[in-house]
Amino acid sequence: MIRDYTLESTTDSIPQVGQAAKSAFANRAPIVNDFSITVATKNGSGSQTSNAVLLRALFKMGIPVSGKNIFPSNIQGRPTWYTIRLSKDGYIARRETTEIMIVLNPETALEDHQNTAPGGVFMYADDITLPARRSDLHYYPIPVKELARTYEADPKLRTYVANMVYVGAIAQLLGIDLNEIEAALKFHFKGKTKPVESNMQVVRAAAAWAAEHLVKTDPYHVVRMDKTRGLIMIDGNTAAALGAIYGGVSFVAWYPITPATSLADALNEYLPKLRIDPETGAPTYAVIQAEDELAALGMVLGAGWAGARAMTSTSGPGISLMAEFTGLGYFAEIPAVIWDIQRVGPATGLPTRVSQGDIIAVYWLGHGDTKHPVLLPGSVYECFEFGWRAFDLAERLQTPIFVLSDLDLGMNQWMSRPFDYPEEPMDRGKVLTAEQVNATKGFARYKDVDGDGIGWRTLPGTDSPFAAYFTRGSGHNERALLSERPEDWENNMDRLARKFETARKLMPRPVIELTDGAEVGIIGFGSTDPAIQEARAMLAARGIPTSYLRLRALPMNDDVTMFLAGHQRIYVVEMNSDAQLCQLVRLHSPKDATKVRPANHSDGLPLTADWVYQEILYQETRY
Amino acid sequence: MITNGTLTDNGTAAKPTFPAKPGVNIIGLTKSDYKGLESTLCNGCGHDSISSQIITACYELGLKPERIVKFSGIGCSSKSPAYFLSRSFGFNALHGRMPSVAQGALMANHTLLGLGVSGDGDTGSIGLGQFMHLIRRNLRMVYIIENNGVYGLTKGQFSATADIGQELKYAGRNEFPPIDLCRAAIIADCGFVARSFAGDPKQVIALLKAAFSHRGTAVIDIISPCVTFNNRDDSTKSYSWGRAHDERVNDFGFVMSQEEIIVDYAEGETKEVELFDGSKIVLKKLDSSHDPTDKQAALRLLTKAHDEQLFVTGLLYINGDRPNLAETYGLVKPLASYQQDKLRPSRESLQKIMAGMF
Ligand SMILES: Cc1ncc(C[n+]2csc(CCOP(=O)(O)OP(=O)(O)O)c2C)c(N)n1
Ligand code: SF4
Ligand SMILES: [Mg+2]
Repeated sequence: MIRDYTLESTTDSIPQVGQAAKSAFANRAPIVNDFSITVATKNGSGSQTSNAVLLRALFKMGIPVSGKNIFPSNIQGRPTWYTIRLSKDGYIARRETTEIMIVLNPETALEDHQNTAPGGVFMYADDITLPARRSDLHYYPIPVKELARTYEADPKLRTYVANMVYVGAIAQLLGIDLNEIEAALKFHFKGKTKPVESNMQVVRAAAAWAAEHLVKTDPYHVVRMDKTRGLIMIDGNTAAALGAIYGGVSFVAWYPITPATSLADALNEYLPKLRIDPETGAPTYAVIQAEDELAALGMVLGAGWAGARAMTSTSGPGISLMAEFTGLGYFAEIPAVIWDIQRVGPATGLPTRVSQGDIIAVYWLGHGDTKHPVLLPGSVYECFEFGWRAFDLAERLQTPIFVLSDLDLGMNQWMSRPFDYPEEPMDRGKVLTAEQVNATKGFARYKDVDGDGIGWRTLPGTDSPFAAYFTRGSGHNERALLSERPEDWENNMDRLARKFETARKLMPRPVIELTDGAEVGIIGFGSTDPAIQEARAMLAARGIPTSYLRLRALPMNDDVTMFLAGHQRIYVVEMNSDAQLCQLVRLHSPKDATKVRPANHSDGLPLTADWVYQEILYQETRY
Repeated sequence: MITNGTLTDNGTAAKPTFPAKPGVNIIGLTKSDYKGLESTLCNGCGHDSISSQIITACYELGLKPERIVKFSGIGCSSKSPAYFLSRSFGFNALHGRMPSVAQGALMANHTLLGLGVSGDGDTGSIGLGQFMHLIRRNLRMVYIIENNGVYGLTKGQFSATADIGQELKYAGRNEFPPIDLCRAAIIADCGFVARSFAGDPKQVIALLKAAFSHRGTAVIDIISPCVTFNNRDDSTKSYSWGRAHDERVNDFGFVMSQEEIIVDYAEGETKEVELFDGSKIVLKKLDSSHDPTDKQAALRLLTKAHDEQLFVTGLLYINGDRPNLAETYGLVKPLASYQQDKLRPSRESLQKIMAGMF
């Protein structure tokens, strides 16, 4: 690729690892905290634990890290890769190159061998037979099975234990602190001592074996830093669930689907701990696993209509099933929060891979004239923040609100500053009490009393003979009565358009970084943020300064218009095949459409900085 | 809870005041307080007759309209909730999707009484899945199917409850056997399954009253003739056929929780069944001697009726053992009633979680 980040030396002191290295590579400059480790295993073998532990141990050593799980749509036995990037400079996007390859899966050994970066490390289970060795790699065969057999009598558990063998060996080779591995195991097993001890035993043994038998010839080192102090590490779906809980979610209906399932799992984990009414001992929530996504959204709309803070979470196929109900929610004006953790479609597509392919689908979901506010979290921090904000917006705007996350953001671990407690009081929107209804002469559910397009609503159970209205998806007038009169229809649609303008003002504004004199602007959203940030640094180094607008919601506002006006060429970076956001940006400001260029890519993997850099460089130099 | 037909929020029984003044019920409302908008259905449509019986049942029970929530799907039948109980909230959902909306709404406020009206197309075709799952979860609500064997609103196509071999002018010949929604309900473990006929107001009212007192989902499949598309004498969904073939398996009186049992049945002929809220029904066994507490008997009866095209009506199966959805979830106060103080956990709790995420 264009720039080799790994070949920078550092002045940090390098601890001695294993035996003194005496090889042809020995006098190469050390590479510290700036490389990627990829572990190739089979899914269902327990490598998730060891990978998570490795990642967290590095994080606890103060080194900026990110972890990307590239897994198959399968339960057991198919190839899985897990890549950890260490970046002393704090770049956390996925990288295309891997310097340290750890291979436990014979099936992929050949391609993994080819894919290891020149000068890299190839650590592998010693029962894997390799073709001719490459002269530019450092080889470390590990007797994984033998070590596993020594430390785990139960053959069924041996594959799990085998994973801890590579953790110990690589820790020894790179200089990862075993105490931090133990701390990470404690985190993983939530303090349960037994599994921590049995895993640690294997890790220590493997480290001891490596210290005794491996001669370190490679230049890669892990050295403690101080760049993660005060940070947390969490996945976006857990962050979203916590956000929802602190946003007062009281009703959840969902249907299992990767990669959204772990959001509901996190709700089920934390709700019982956080949301029991101390007065009665009863839960202040209900979580229903529905029979399908269609029913899930039906339940959510019923609950939102009746006054609960209701949400669902799903992914593309579920979004398709929710289309009719979303239209009803829009037209009957019912608060609801719908999380879409995007995977790759159409159809079943690549269910365990990432894309941003639903943005147009959710923005206009439903038949007839429908449009919906969409929140676009770009970090786990925003997954939490938008998790609670979504309910305020839904109840204020009385409409379904989408929150568009994705598999990478949702399921992978990300560093973040700790989440801030919501300081704003909950906005429960315009709801009339019985007394207010009695005082209002002629309550009219869909009347624009305040000029913002939002009517006042009443909740079922309101104890007034004037409170009730009949909620329906068919044409209605201000008093919620069935009407097929052309002017009633048009007035209602005009009011809904006014309401959408109110939404435009209430949605979170984009985050904009302007660079003096930059002709090039970049627009992006969601999980591509780290790749874009890093690519901007690379472009700047090549003499192409850029400004950046990270969109955080639809509909777009004037900030976008001004950003377009202020730049000559605007690249819309996104992970889908049809350049969907690019199309939306052009529609938002048609007069700027010719300046707006697609920079879209979708192969199921998180976007890399290299790709963004190359793509923009190519278009910049070609046109 | 319903006590003596009166709803109270906390479940404590209001002292009944019998007898009520003439022209008003026990909560002091007149019958017109239970009325709805004027119907727009065809003259003579069975659905209108059922709307009237709903009004009468709710009036006589003394249910407070503000405590009832109406639900429906899409169809002529599903339009009808606009024609009764104007003082009750209503939600006209999507075609076949009333159950999910009702589950959400009645979980958000489980102290309200749900009253759903659906059609045979709405329930038996597009909504069969949600129907079964609603019953399986046992949401407390009355679920009425206004069954006319056709799609009224889309002008006369066969529905899934039409008889095999039936011929209609527009739709031609139906080649498939009907789905018996009562049998389906029992199979999904419904604890209250009844069949009735829109031409038998007395039975419809009695069943409705008992259904409101049931612990979970109460299904009443009411044959409700479509005078426009399916009322030929040879149709099993017609008025004349219903009148000629209605075989009641039982008669019963409904007794509110604190009312004295005064039913004019001779001793030895009756069986009492206590309902969820303390009300009782006193069943009078008829010739068929069907025992509605016997599930196998109910299935046998319905299977025979299905195979021989018999029109059996009455309370077919009753069992209040299974907890309803709100009970299963341990709900106490309505979820919708919680405000920020109960909905947003403390600042300290978040700090603790954050501290644990390093
Ligand atoms: C998704 C969807 N598909 C089709 C329709 C059209 N549609 C409206 S009512 C109806 C059938 C209603 O039949 P039934 O439930 O038996 O009610 P009836 O009119 O007979 O009372 C159909 C197919 C619709 N509203 N929505
Ligand atoms: S078409 Fe049939 S079901 Fe519809 S209103 Fe007329 S009679 Fe009733
Ligand atoms: Mg019908």
